[in-house]
Amino acid sequence: MKVITANRAIAEAVKLSKPKVVPVYPITPQTTISEYLATFVANGDLPAEYIRVESEHSAISAAVGASGTGVRVFTATSSQGLALMHEILFAAAGLRNPIVMGNANRALSAPLSIWNDQQDSISQRDTGWMQFFAESAQEALDLVLQAYKISENENVLLPSMVCVDGYYLTHTVEPVDIPTQEEVDEFLPPYRPKHAYLDPKDPMSLGTFTDPNYYMEARYDMEVAMEGAKNIIRTVNKEFEEKFGRKYDLVENYMCDDAEIILVAMGSICGTIKAVIDNMRKEGHKIGLLRVIAFRPFPKEDIYSTVKNADRIAVLDKNISFGIGGVLFNEIKAKMDVDARGFILGLGGRDVSNDDIRNIIKITKESTESDKINWIGLKEEEV
Amino acid sequence: MEIPEQEFLAAGHRGCAGCGATIGARLALKMLGENTVAVSATGCLEVITTPYPETSWKVPWIHVAFENSAAVASGVERALKSQGKDDVNVVVFAGDGGTADIGLQSLSGAMERGHRIIYICYDNEAYMNTGVQRSGATPYGASTTTSPHGKESFGEDKPKKNIPMIMAAHGVPYVATASISYPEDFMKKVKKAAEMEGPAYIHLHQPCTTGWGYDPSKTIEMGRLAVDTGAWILYEIVDGEFKVTYRPLQRKPVNEYLNAQKRFKHLADEEKEKIQNYVNQVCAELKI
Repeated sequence: MKVITANRAIAEAVKLSKPKVVPVYPITPQTTISEYLATFVANGDLPAEYIRVESEHSAISAAVGASGTGVRVFTATSSQGLALMHEILFAAAGLRNPIVMGNANRALSAPLSIWNDQQDSISQRDTGWMQFFAESAQEALDLVLQAYKISENENVLLPSMVCVDGYYLTHTVEPVDIPTQEEVDEFLPPYRPKHAYLDPKDPMSLGTFTDPNYYMEARYDMEVAMEGAKNIIRTVNKEFEEKFGRKYDLVENYMCDDAEIILVAMGSICGTIKAVIDNMRKEGHKIGLLRVIAFRPFPKEDIYSTVKNADRIAVLDKNISFGIGGVLFNEIKAKMDVDARGFILGLGGRDVSNDDIRNIIKITKESTESDKINWIGLKEEEV
Repeated sequence: MEIPEQEFLAAGHRGCAGCGATIGARLALKMLGENTVAVSATGCLEVITTPYPETSWKVPWIHVAFENSAAVASGVERALKSQGKDDVNVVVFAGDGGTADIGLQSLSGAMERGHRIIYICYDNEAYMNTGVQRSGATPYGASTTTSPHGKESFGEDKPKKNIPMIMAAHGVPYVATASISYPEDFMKKVKKAAEMEGPAYIHLHQPCTTGWGYDPSKTIEMGRLAVDTGAWILYEIVDGEFKVTYRPLQRKPVNEYLNAQKRFKHLADEEKEKIQNYVNQVCAELKI
């Protein structure tokens, strides 16, 4: 057990996963990931090619080129960097590169902010990447190991993003159990691609030009792979639990079974919510939390089966799609028949307190306006 | 010089009759051989050689986007190295738009990092794939669809961006210019580039029948005219040492080159004279 940040935990997971190529460009609050990895490589602890690229666009581009040769690749970024990668995120998924990327969730400019929200990765939801949101440093480590196994599954072959909330996770130390190399080697064998890769002994063309006769099938195949990934994730979660004793799923059910009000959220805020639920349960309130771990693929069945018996649900979004509200809220409303209230909170690092969570529960019980976008923690006198 | 028989760019691609880009790629691949991975930027060459499910490439090939071919090649090169495949040539084919404009940042990064890649810019002096829009490599006076001549315009009003010298300023161990109309000179340069320990950059001048406006049968002639008039100069810079590799016996007037192409047809004598003076100045410095 070591007391480390989520960024350190991700770097440790990367070292244990033995990628061959690591193209990475530093950006706050991801920076220490790139520094830890550089140090591992410099000290010979990670025998990988570390490419000091000149931008995030080139980081993901080099990752795609490297992955095209059939090796395991890691990169990491945040916010503006992820936005700069946007174009190539589509290419990585379309080329079916099983790249794993760490993303330190941070707000997007303007106005410029280095603090946390989840707008960056949420805005990449349509690129074809799987997205996993960690609640703790331990989960950050565990999700990187699992992400490789899921992405590299030949029925998936889609890249993965492991998302950690900026500062709340990236710069906060927590006790983390770091598995041994032997244990990880047994769980995650070397990557051996079965399909297209750049080898002069068997020349293939990757990333060709398609006319309207072919493009749609390529996109359809990705949708099939993304949907199918749910079962692969469950299988990998089970294997991981057997090996390491820590349980994962597409979602986490925290006291939902008898809950009248269920909060739905992602990432580090769930720690705060659980503390509030623990207290409110003692006061006799039946409150639960459904934590979405896999945002893509979207676990609609798992969400619905967990929340369907609640009187009402509250969906918490650290992002906003202007004109319609929180993305998770709208996706849940679109996919299932639930009585839901939507909340926007924590943008640009705005603190979310226990009282805010209690207020959300109160509004959820009382509000008759299901379409209202409820802003939490807003300093209304300054608006 | 002995030219290998084996072809690595198959015929039957969708290039225009008289396409210069495919000539360049074909000649380069002959020299590099089968132990090669090619990376293409988005552009003419990529589109005409890989209409799915067909491909002209007999070596492994990857295309990702327009502006990132040097970064993709960086990843390919290091990944091959990580597998002990240090002997594989990694060659980039990118157009002048993908090199001089949108791809300049990733090219600069890759060259500065010193990857063992051979970057070949096939320069047809405008965005030909999308219908002749100007690029940073469009020469002074050329009329394109985004720098058209008109009552208030004589066409492109800035000189061509000097990418080979920008590459030389990076300390790239091998920088060369070439022309598809001087195949032996070009192929020798490709061979030298492949023998370098670090990065190599070749700027390949390549006439474009569609964008320049001349008969498709005249592509090679047009490339020769560019060199014979001094409008395009063949040189190489090996570890900082500059050397002109071809000197025309007698330099032809630049008008012979300009007047043969539709893109310069509108130019007044005054502008043509400016171009001649500029060429004279550059050639005087290089004793051509």
